[in-house]
Amino acid sequence: MANFYTDNNALKHYLSHPLMEKIVELKERNYADADKYDYAPQNYNDAVDSYDKVLEIVGEICGDVVAENAEDVDHQGPHVENNRVVYADGTKRNLDACRKAGLMGMAMPRRLGGLNFPITPYIMAADIVSRADAGFENLWGLQDCAETIYEFASDEQKEKYIPRVCAGETMSMDLTEPDAGSDLQSVMLKATQKEDGSWVLNGVKRFITNGDSDIHLVLARSEEGSRDGRGLSMFIYDKRNGGVNVRRIENKMGIKGSPTCELVYKDAPAELVGSRRMGLIKYVMALMNGARLGIAAQSVGLSEAAYREALAYAKDRLQFGKPIIEFAAVAEMLSVMKAKTDASRALLYACARFVDMYKVYDDIAKERALTLDEKKEAKQYSRLADAFTPLAKGLSSEFCNQNTYDCIQIHGGSGFMKDYACERLYRDARITSIYEGTTQLQVVAAIRHVTTGTYLNWIKEAEQQEVCAEDEAVKNVLVFMTQQYANAVEMVTGVKDSNFQDFMARRLVEMAGHIIMGYLLLEDTQRNADFRRSLHVYVKYAQAEVAKHADFIGNFRPEQIENYLYKEN
Amino acid sequence: MSLNIIVLAKQVPDTRNVGKDAMKADGTVNRAALPAIFNPEDLNALEQALKLKDMYPGSKVTVLTMGPARAAEIIREGLYRGADGGVVLSDRAFAGSDTLATSYALSAAIRKIGDYDIIIGGRQAIDGDTAQVGPQVAEKLGLPQVTYAEEIISAEDGKVTVKRRIESGVETVKAPYPVVITVNGSADVCRPRNAKALMKYKYAAVPSEIAKDEARKEFAEKRPYLNIGEWNAATVEADLEQCGLAGSPTKVKQIENVVFTAKDARRIENNDAELEDFVKELIANHTIG
Repeated sequence: MANFYTDNNALKHYLSHPLMEKIVELKERNYADADKYDYAPQNYNDAVDSYDKVLEIVGEICGDVVAENAEDVDHQGPHVENNRVVYADGTKRNLDACRKAGLMGMAMPRRLGGLNFPITPYIMAADIVSRADAGFENLWGLQDCAETIYEFASDEQKEKYIPRVCAGETMSMDLTEPDAGSDLQSVMLKATQKEDGSWVLNGVKRFITNGDSDIHLVLARSEEGSRDGRGLSMFIYDKRNGGVNVRRIENKMGIKGSPTCELVYKDAPAELVGSRRMGLIKYVMALMNGARLGIAAQSVGLSEAAYREALAYAKDRLQFGKPIIEFAAVAEMLSVMKAKTDASRALLYACARFVDMYKVYDDIAKERALTLDEKKEAKQYSRLADAFTPLAKGLSSEFCNQNTYDCIQIHGGSGFMKDYACERLYRDARITSIYEGTTQLQVVAAIRHVTTGTYLNWIKEAEQQEVCAEDEAVKNVLVFMTQQYANAVEMVTGVKDSNFQDFMARRLVEMAGHIIMGYLLLEDTQRNADFRRSLHVYVKYAQAEVAKHADFIGNFRPEQIENYLYKEN
Repeated sequence: MSLNIIVLAKQVPDTRNVGKDAMKADGTVNRAALPAIFNPEDLNALEQALKLKDMYPGSKVTVLTMGPARAAEIIREGLYRGADGGVVLSDRAFAGSDTLATSYALSAAIRKIGDYDIIIGGRQAIDGDTAQVGPQVAEKLGLPQVTYAEEIISAEDGKVTVKRRIESGVETVKAPYPVVITVNGSADVCRPRNAKALMKYKYAAVPSEIAKDEARKEFAEKRPYLNIGEWNAATVEADLEQCGLAGSPTKVKQIENVVFTAKDARRIENNDAELEDFVKELIANHTIG
């Protein structure tokens, strides 16, 4: 009888963010569907009421079904039978509930069978699902791939595949290969065009999440003799046609309910998506950005789960004659866990709103020419989305690892046993800072927004916000931190050595992230005093982190980098 | 083949978390202190009805509930899950009904609906725990009844095949329909609310709810599916003598939270003499009677 939406007020808070009205108005094209579909909203309030009610369904399913099944799914896991994946029983029940509730293809337009939700409420659903079972979030969240079909495939392909996703068919993105992990330019899976113009795929993919899905997006080498990313194209493989077998599934540390497959393609028929050669450089990049936002949501959901588990245990566990939550050492851990959870959630939804804004303009641009102002706005949000996505993915995944670690710590010896959910959360969290680009690669994506000033410009704008007297002091701390950050950036970019800049990049990106999350929590607190505690705890934590990095950078002589580098023997 | 199915559902106070203020001084339930919910076993019944609809496309599921206008929430909950329509049976004349008066009113409403093959409800409601209404409705309509149902396997050639949960196991029975079936809590849980159905029906309401809101009125006129039926005693041609308090022989003396304290089990031999002695003993110590 738990509801993971209604018991978490932060979600409603972000649903009513001031920017949402514009997002919804654009997404709904001024409510043009109102009389065309019986489930379309009449106006903004009606739309938000619908999101709210649908998220309540998500919260109920997650509380009553998905969370209840999580432990069994973790133990049982999926297996391979005759080259096909068989999900754990609990996974089947979870999928069944999500299908019946119509929670697949949430962000797809109504004419293709979707709910036409903006990204923001969809990401909230992902946040909630992940709190219940992060492994299941992968299967459910792969509906994201429909977005890529919607953006880049032909009308015929959209009409063929998207309604199937909305009806509950699952998806996968087949990118990684044994020799192409972070470096996707090395993908070798071979796409061959037959005389009749159709394509077949041959080769092997590895580490494919939900690799036995109904509809696959596949990155393959279509240009014979090419060796880099420009020879790769994107394809759709439909399981109904056959040709792809599951050779084995991995035995993993966490997210054990989500099958990670090795796939063998043998003359598997496939359809080309969009233009040849654009597979990696355009489509996979778009796909990855969506997936990264999904992992950020997964991380926030895990942090939420870890905090709640730790809080409940700390209230319940008596030592030295009182609940351990009354000891300062435990209370501090809990407060910081909560602050990190809230901070990463603030960043997640800021990012989701930016993605919403630029995507909705991209979509409108397919129908009519954008005005100059709209174009300008679209560009600005696209840039912000580009800057915030790696930040959200990178930092929230690191936070959820820290939070699940602390969750076990609060459980003490019991946390090391299999008796409590915290050890599963700890294992599940571990992958979030690795897949869809490691934290190190998020830094690579984010650093240009440090050097070009995207973050600093955003921070300077955030500095303009009026805050109540109570929060003036904390704002001043953020202003000070910003100065430290700006100085550090100047210092690092002043050294004309790319090795040195790469070496310092993570520190700079983290500094920007801490300040941004601080400002976001400051803004949240002005609308809702419930955030004040987290604001103060977070800024205190962030201040020390920023000072630490500033100190490291300030006291580092460029030639000292020699002590860290490994040269070829 | 398609079926007309009527689901009997009740809005009940959530007695699963009873606090101190759950009962008023006069011994009646303090509904204000307890959230109103869809009676859990009625949800099990709704699921069985919806499964039949899945099995026999074209079937129609109508939810029938008796209660104040706000019980329309039960109909909406049914619509969100796949029911086709519903009726709220609401009249001051029904207030204070015991199970006999309730089953009378419900059977009058079912007669008014007229076309039915299967009438299905939960085994019992969590506020009264009597398990009487289903069987009484069957009696009043002169229909066969299957109680403690766990799964309706089929409804073909004029017969339903039903798995029942009984004390010693499971039995499968057949009955001709029209039939009344009451569903046990061990049956499949009800499917979740569907997002599209929820957005479609969230403004569905009974006339007395719609009357309070001008904007809603206009909207409901444009979309007939948003109008939930609201019937009173006159609509279903009920005999007022058999309704409400007048039609209720049951008198509640007191409600109390009973905590079982007996620690030892007693074994009674299965013969008339021992059973009779035991019943007499229970009457004497006011456990029953």
